[in-house]
Amino acid sequence: MSVDTSTGQAAPERLSAGRRVRRWLGANALRVYMGIAFVYLLLPVAYTFLFSFNDAGRTNLTWQGFTFDNWLNPCGAPQVCQSVVNSLTLGLLVTLVATILGTLIAFALVRYRFRGRSTTNLLIFLPMATPEVVLGSSLLALFLNIFVPLGFWTVMIAHVMFCISFVVVTVKARLASLDPRLEQAAMDLYASEAQAFRRITLPLVAPGIAAAALLAFSLSFDDFIITNFNSGQFTTFPKFVYVSATRGIPPQANVIASAMFFIALALVVIGQVIGVRRRKG
Amino acid sequence: MARATDVTKAQGDLYLERLTKSFGDFVAVDDLSLTVPQGSFFALLGPSGCGKTTTLRMVAGLEDPTAGRIKIGEADITELKPFRRPVNTVFQNYALFPHMDIYENVAFGLRRRGIKDVKTQVMEALELIELAQVAKRKPAQLSGGQQQRVALARAIVNRPAVLLLDEPLGALDLKLRRQMQLELKRIQTEVGLTFIHVTHDQEEAMTMADTVAVMNKGVIEQLGAPTDLYESPKTAFVANFLGQSNLFPAAVLEVDGEDIVLEDSDGRYRMPMNRVAPSVSPTRGGRVLVGVRPEKIHIERLAESDATPADGNYVDGTVRSSSFMGVSTQYEVATAGGEIISVFAQNLSARDLLSEGDPVRLTWAPRHGFVLNGSEDMNAGVEAVTAAAG
Ligand SMILES: Nc1ncnc2c1ncn2[C@@H]1O[C@H](COP(=O)(O)OP(=O)(O)OP(=O)(O)O)[C@@H](O)[C@H]1O
Ligand SMILES: [Mg+2]
Repeated sequence: MSVDTSTGQAAPERLSAGRRVRRWLGANALRVYMGIAFVYLLLPVAYTFLFSFNDAGRTNLTWQGFTFDNWLNPCGAPQVCQSVVNSLTLGLLVTLVATILGTLIAFALVRYRFRGRSTTNLLIFLPMATPEVVLGSSLLALFLNIFVPLGFWTVMIAHVMFCISFVVVTVKARLASLDPRLEQAAMDLYASEAQAFRRITLPLVAPGIAAAALLAFSLSFDDFIITNFNSGQFTTFPKFVYVSATRGIPPQANVIASAMFFIALALVVIGQVIGVRRRKG
Repeated sequence: MARATDVTKAQGDLYLERLTKSFGDFVAVDDLSLTVPQGSFFALLGPSGCGKTTTLRMVAGLEDPTAGRIKIGEADITELKPFRRPVNTVFQNYALFPHMDIYENVAFGLRRRGIKDVKTQVMEALELIELAQVAKRKPAQLSGGQQQRVALARAIVNRPAVLLLDEPLGALDLKLRRQMQLELKRIQTEVGLTFIHVTHDQEEAMTMADTVAVMNKGVIEQLGAPTDLYESPKTAFVANFLGQSNLFPAAVLEVDGEDIVLEDSDGRYRMPMNRVAPSVSPTRGGRVLVGVRPEKIHIERLAESDATPADGNYVDGTVRSSSFMGVSTQYEVATAGGEIISVFAQNLSARDLLSEGDPVRLTWAPRHGFVLNGSEDMNAGVEAVTAAAG
């Protein structure tokens, strides 16, 4: 090091090239790394998007030519749209039920000391830790043994079950970071318990609940393994794609997948813009 | 609009009767009784962890007392929910609502009670704390001192019968602190609210309060007007916690009419009986602590006054150190008997300054000393003051 500094003056040209590379790397390593990560993340999506324009005849595995037909007629392939509608309905209902139940459990766990509290805390983690295959097959066995016909409702019960865990964990984290003195301050300022909850606790926990709901929806919408065990004739979008893979996935599936990606992206961007606006205003 | 909460209209003096609060085995507030007259400014002073906040929380209804009653006038509010009590709190950690702007924070109490002209009152309160310009900001966008003032405004705007202030000025700089002290005092006298003001700052307590209670380990050591507390401390803790005191052990020699005569290795001291704390039993040979404030002691060079002073107590010693502090000079004097006594001498003339090693005589008027129970720890409250200052 000491040599570097003393000779640095004498021979700046010789050292500068290596230094420049190092300095450039120092300044840009993060960006390069980020670029690589993004390519890695987005390449499959780009591929899906590209093949939604494939003029595929029977199978969408090889590039056959460019067409807008798939986008103009996304319900062209049999059952595609029905499965999407099924998935959306299921997802919304599961989100609603799991979010409400999970939030209530989270409040109970954080706010109250009761017998079996720590056990509950532990049991809540089980569905997250258990392999989905095991969960799915066990549920199937349960449903068969108590003679519940498989279909929409069995899938829903299964989804609510594992979504609740994620909701509880998410809401609990938010609640635990909430200062109980805020509620006390509200009550000191003449707010009843209910008012303190509605005006102070709920707004402050709401972001956590919203995040939990989004998580529940995407988990439900995404799930294939557990669904496949317990759905009987009922078809969700992931199941549709899986089943049709044997015959060849229709390009309409790519259209729907791409569309979903862009809708999600748009929602995130809109959310960010609103957030920035609100902070400024 | 949400329906208004019916807050009790209770008015009158605040009574805490034999109030106790335990957390498990730990007794945070121990059998505490006190009366705060309506419209008075009451300061609760004490070291960290002595139970000040816990006491306030019980008055506010945020903590259930383990035993005891709380009353405002005739009304027993012990069982009342916090939102039905005519009591507001300025929280030690502010507890501002992070998702509401400053205006809404201050308006919160008014809205809950269904008050009509929220806007005028809120803006008035914000003017008072000089923060009207930040009404639209969120609490996180304010400095600590500004947040503290908002917490103050949020409580004061409700004009409660009793206002609890838990170190409401702790985060302010000296100038703002003085200013807010005056404001607080003004509001309190103008509106006639009862203030209970918790503070670490003894100066603040003494300048603002009608009555000061010194609290230690869950009990009130002494309660009274600031001058009474300062001039006649009843315990070593109070003597050390409020200002500075010289305390040194002595033994009772006799009670001579109105006076008590004490003795230690440096000599004899005579003090009026009314300067003796009630916990002292004035029997011959009884151990006591003699106390005298540093500024009450007169110090002079020994050579100039060889005659024994007729009236007054005196001790001879040598100056061990002196520190010049502008208005006064602080001397540490070592007595023959091995005590270290500190003295504040007014700087009348630079020529009078004494230096290290000078033989000196310390004298003080009998009515300026005080006598405490000898079984007490001489240093009680000293660490507490250092901790509070640090
Ligand atoms: N919820 C609680 N559980 C257990 N102990 C508590 C609880 N709240 C307070 N304490 C204890 O009670 C004692 C008094 O606490 P308190 O908050 O009243 O002190 P304080 O006088 O306000 O101190 P400070 O000046 O530091 O604010 C402390 O020793 C504290 O540890
Ligand atoms: Mg406190």
